[in-house]
Amino acid sequence: MLEIECPFCGSRDEREFVYGGPAGPRRPDDPEGVSDTGWVDRLIVPENPLGPVLEHWWHLRGCGEWVTIRRDTQTHETNEARREQCR
Amino acid sequence: MTGLRRLSEGGRIDRHRPVRFEFNGKNYAAFSGDTIASALLANGESLTARSFKLHRPRGIISAGIEEPGTIVELLDGDASANQPATIVQATDGLRIKSVGCWPSPKLDFGGINQLFASMLPAAFYYKTFFWPSWRLYEPLIRRAAGRAFAPRCPPDGGRYEARNWHCDVLVAGAGPAGLMAALTAARSGSRVLLADQGMEAGGSLLDQIVEIGGNSAEEWVADTVAELSAMENVVHLQNSLVWAYREHNLILVCERDLHREGILERNWRVRAKRVVIATGSTERMLVFPDNDRPGIMLASAVRSYVNRFAVRPGTRAVVVTNNDSAYSAIRDMLSAGIEVAAVVDSRESVSETVSRGTGGIELLSGHEIARVFGRRRVRGVSVMPIEGRGEQHIDCDLVAVSGGWNPSVQLWSQSRGALRYDEALAAFVPGKAAQPAVCAGAAAGDFTLEEAFMGGARVGANIIGEPELAHGMKIPAVDQEPPYRIQPIWHARSASVRPHSFVDILNDVTLQDLHIAMREGFRSVELMKRYTTAGMGMDQGRTGNMAVISAIADASRKSPGDVGVTTFRSPTAPVSFGSIAGIREASVALPYRHTPVTEWNIEQDAVMYEAGARWRRPGYFPRPGETMQDAVNREARAVRESVGVYDGSPLGTFEIKGKDAPRFLDMLYTSSFSELAVGQGRYGLMLSDDGLILDDGVSFRLGKYRYLASTSTAHADAVYRHMTKFLAIERPNWEVWIADLTSQWANATICGPLARKTLSALGTDIDISRKGFPFMALREGTVAGFPARVARVSFTGEVSFEINVRPRDMKALWAAVMEAGREFGITPVGSETSHVLRVEKGFLSTGHEVDGTVDPFDLGMGWVMSRKKSDFIGKRSVFLRRKSGKPRRRLVGLLTLDARRVLPEGAPITNGGRKEPTEGFVTASVWSAVNERSVALALLEDGRDQLGAEVHIRLPDEVIAATVTSPCFHDPEGKLLRG
Repeated sequence: MLEIECPFCGSRDEREFVYGGPAGPRRPDDPEGVSDTGWVDRLIVPENPLGPVLEHWWHLRGCGEWVTIRRDTQTHETNEARREQCR
Repeated sequence: MTGLRRLSEGGRIDRHRPVRFEFNGKNYAAFSGDTIASALLANGESLTARSFKLHRPRGIISAGIEEPGTIVELLDGDASANQPATIVQATDGLRIKSVGCWPSPKLDFGGINQLFASMLPAAFYYKTFFWPSWRLYEPLIRRAAGRAFAPRCPPDGGRYEARNWHCDVLVAGAGPAGLMAALTAARSGSRVLLADQGMEAGGSLLDQIVEIGGNSAEEWVADTVAELSAMENVVHLQNSLVWAYREHNLILVCERDLHREGILERNWRVRAKRVVIATGSTERMLVFPDNDRPGIMLASAVRSYVNRFAVRPGTRAVVVTNNDSAYSAIRDMLSAGIEVAAVVDSRESVSETVSRGTGGIELLSGHEIARVFGRRRVRGVSVMPIEGRGEQHIDCDLVAVSGGWNPSVQLWSQSRGALRYDEALAAFVPGKAAQPAVCAGAAAGDFTLEEAFMGGARVGANIIGEPELAHGMKIPAVDQEPPYRIQPIWHARSASVRPHSFVDILNDVTLQDLHIAMREGFRSVELMKRYTTAGMGMDQGRTGNMAVISAIADASRKSPGDVGVTTFRSPTAPVSFGSIAGIREASVALPYRHTPVTEWNIEQDAVMYEAGARWRRPGYFPRPGETMQDAVNREARAVRESVGVYDGSPLGTFEIKGKDAPRFLDMLYTSSFSELAVGQGRYGLMLSDDGLILDDGVSFRLGKYRYLASTSTAHADAVYRHMTKFLAIERPNWEVWIADLTSQWANATICGPLARKTLSALGTDIDISRKGFPFMALREGTVAGFPARVARVSFTGEVSFEINVRPRDMKALWAAVMEAGREFGITPVGSETSHVLRVEKGFLSTGHEVDGTVDPFDLGMGWVMSRKKSDFIGKRSVFLRRKSGKPRRRLVGLLTLDARRVLPEGAPITNGGRKEPTEGFVTASVWSAVNERSVALALLEDGRDQLGAEVHIRLPDEVIAATVTSPCFHDPEGKLLRG
C-alpha cells in the first residue's frame, strides 16, 4: 500500500485514495480537429513506462481533491505531489 | 522412554507448570515453554507426520519457522491451519492434529502412494490431469494431498483486530543483533517497534549456552528487554511474526497468543520510517538418499532441543556437515549425554580450533552419506569416502545435518532489496536496498555472535542518522569464535543415483524431479520452482532452496550467483485470513445503506434486496399465500390501473451550480441543458470519452446557474468521480460546484392513472393540473404540509409525481401517502415490479441494456445526441466508431411464440438456435401482467432491420422461437405518462 503525499492533508495511506488514471495531455478543446488515429491513440493506447509517471489520485476518503503525483513504477518512489494540473 | 528423553535440568521450560495437550487424539504431557515439537520429542514420538504427496513418514526436522517436516492444524477455539509444530506453543487443553495423513501418521491409508512414487514425478499433475479439464480432478487431488482444511467457522475463542502504527524504526527479530539495534535506536529517543516471532526474546541465544560479559546469555537478554520495556518510546512484541514488507515501508505484523485479552490475533499495520531486518539465519539440509527419514534433523535443531527445551531427540547420533558450525552442536550434544558415533564431514580437513572438545569421536573427513536405514525411524547410516569406494555402516537413531547457513532474507527480498551470492559464505546475502531498510546480524551474513552485537549497534545508530551513537554502546564481551567456514557440497553422489533424495521435503520434490525438469529444458530458477513446486511450500523452501539452485548451477555449469534466487513473497509464514481481515467482515466493511422507510418496508414483510451501492430496498411485498410472481403481478397491475408508490431515495442526486454550470452539463451529457427553461427537466445520457454509456438520468434547471442532476442508484459514486475529475483536470478554471445531495432528499414516487388524485388528496399548494405542471417539470411547494420539491418524471410509463422531502419528514410523508391513497387502492411496489414496468416500456437500465458495448444509437436513442453542440464527452468516439459501418447490436423487443414462456435473462440468440456464434442476447425478460404474456428486450445484430422476423434463443437443452418487435410493449406513443 502506497503512502501518498496529499498537498492538503499530508502523507496518507493509499486506501484513502481512488486511482484516477495516468495524467496525460489535456483533452483537446476541439476533438473534431484531431485525426482519427490521434484520437484513438489518446484514448486507448496509453503509455506504460518503466520509471517515473505522472498520475491522478482522488482523495475521496480525505479532502476530496484530485491530486497529481509523480511515481516511479519500478521503485514506487513518489514525489511532486500537487493539486491537479495537466502535463 | 519418556523420562530418558527429557533432561533432568536446564532449558527454558518451566518444570513447575505442566500442561497437557492432545495430538491426533492422544494425550501428551509437556511443560510451559515447550513447543508442540519439543513436547512430542520429549514423549519419544519420532513419526509425527506424513508427507504431502507421497505420504512418506516424517518427523520433526527443525526447531523453528523453517520446519518442512511436521505441519499441524489447530482445532476448536484455536482453529488455525498449517502451522509448523516447531513454533506452536504447548498450552493446556490445546487440540491439534497433523496434516497430510488419515487417520494418523502411523496408520495412513494414503501411504499407498509410496508404492507408486516413481509414477508421481515432477509436474505429474500438470501432465496427467489436463483432459478433459483440470477442474474435474482438482477436488479429488486436493483431498488426497495433505494440507489442512480452513476452519469451517471462525474460532469462538475471541476476535481478530487490526492496529495501525507509526514508528521511526521497526526492528524485525529480537535476537542479539535485533536487541542491540533496538536498544541503540531507542536510547536516542526514536519511536521503536521491536517484533519477534518467538515466545520470548533472545533469538539464537536461546538455543545455545554462552557467556556474555561473564554472565549467562539469559541475563543479558533479560536486562536488555527490561531496559527496552521501561522506555516509553518502545513497543516490544513477542509471538509476533513480521509477515509482510510492502511499498513505502508498510510492515505487517501478526501478533498471536493474546487470549487473555479476548483477542485471537492482532494484525499491526506499521508505517515505519526505517526498518532493521534482524531475522537471523537458517540452517540448510543436505541432499542424500532418504534424507527425510524421522530422526534426521538439522544440527541447529538438535542444539535447540537439548539447550532450550532440555530434550534429547536421540541417544546415538551421526553428524553430517560441510561447515564449522556443526561442531558447536556436537559439544552441546555431548554435554546433554547424547552419544556421537561419528562426524561425517565432506571437507578433506578440519582445523583443531574448530573440532576442539570433540576428541574421541570418529571424524570421517572427506566422507558423505550413502544410505539411510530405517523407515519410521532412522536405525543407521552407511557412509563412504567422496573420492573412493567402500561403505561403512554406523548404527544411530539420530542424524544431525548441517548444510551451512542462509541469512534469513525473506523480508529483505519482499522489500525488493537485491541479493548477491557470497562465495565465502556460499549463500545469498543482502545487496543493494530498494527501500529504507538495513539487515543486521546473521541476516546480513554476520554469523558470529560478536559480529551480530557490533552489527546491531552499528545499524541501530546509522539508521537514525547518528552513527557516533554506536561507539557509546557497550558491546558485550563474548568468547572469540573462529570465523565460520564452509566448503559447499550440496548433493551426495549417491543422491543422483538413488531415489528419494529430497531437495524440498515439505513439497516432496527430489533431486530426480529436478533432473527430469532439466531434461525437459527448464533452466530458469523461477520456472523450475513453479514446474516442480520446489520452494513453493509454506516453509518457502528455507532449508532446501540452495540445493535447488545448486542443482541448476551444476547442470548448466554456472555459479549459484548466476542462477539467482527466486523472489520471496509475503506471508513469510502462514498467517490466518482472520488476522488479515480483522473485524472487516461484510457488515463492517460494506454496511447496508438504509432509507427512512427501510424499517417500514421490513415491517410490511417485504422481501428485501440489495440494490446497487449497498442500498437495502424492497424486492416485493408478498401478501399471505402469494408467490413472488403473484405479488409482482398485483403490484404491476396497481400501477397500470390505479396507483402505486415506491421509495426512490437511493437515486443519486447532485446539485450543480456556478457561472459555468450550464456549459458543464452540456459537456457532461449528450443533451443540451444550457437552453433549458428554469423549472424544466431533460433526459440525457452521460458518456465516457470513449463513447460508451456511463449513466443516464434527468436533470432539472433550478435557476440560471443551478441544476439538479439525478443518476442511477448504482452509479452515483462513479458519476460523482467522473464529474469531479473532469472539472479538476480538464476545466480547472470553470466555476462549478457540485454538492452530493443523494442522502439529503428522500422521495416517495406515486405513479399510475390515479396518481394525481392521490396527490390532491394528500394536500398540496402546487398547481398539479396537466397544464400547470406538465411532464418533465419541477415545482417547489408543500405536500401534506412538508416543504417539497415535486418532479414529474416517469420510470414506469404512467403519470408520476416524485415527491422529494427532507429525510426527517420522509416517514411522515410516507404514512400520509399511504393514508391518502387508501381509497384509490395505493400499493407499495418493490424493485421486481419496477423492473417489469420499465421493461414493458423499453426504458433502459444500466447493467442490463447498457453493458459497456452499446452507444445511444444502438438503443434507438439517437435523439439524445444533441446536434447543436459542437462537443460533448463521448461525441467524437461515438461517431468515429460508427464510421466503420460494421453491423451493431441494437435494442429490440422479443415476443416468444409461446406467450407463456418467459425467457431467461442473458440467454444467447443464434442463427436458427444452432451452436453458432451469437447474434445477440436477451437483456431483460419478464411476465407482463398488463399484456398477460411474456415480453423481453434484447440486443440483436442489426435488430432494427429485422422487425417482424423470427429469431431463436438457444438454451442448454432447447431452442425457443420469438418474434422481433420494437422495444416497447405498453403505450408506445407515451400518451399516458404525459397525462
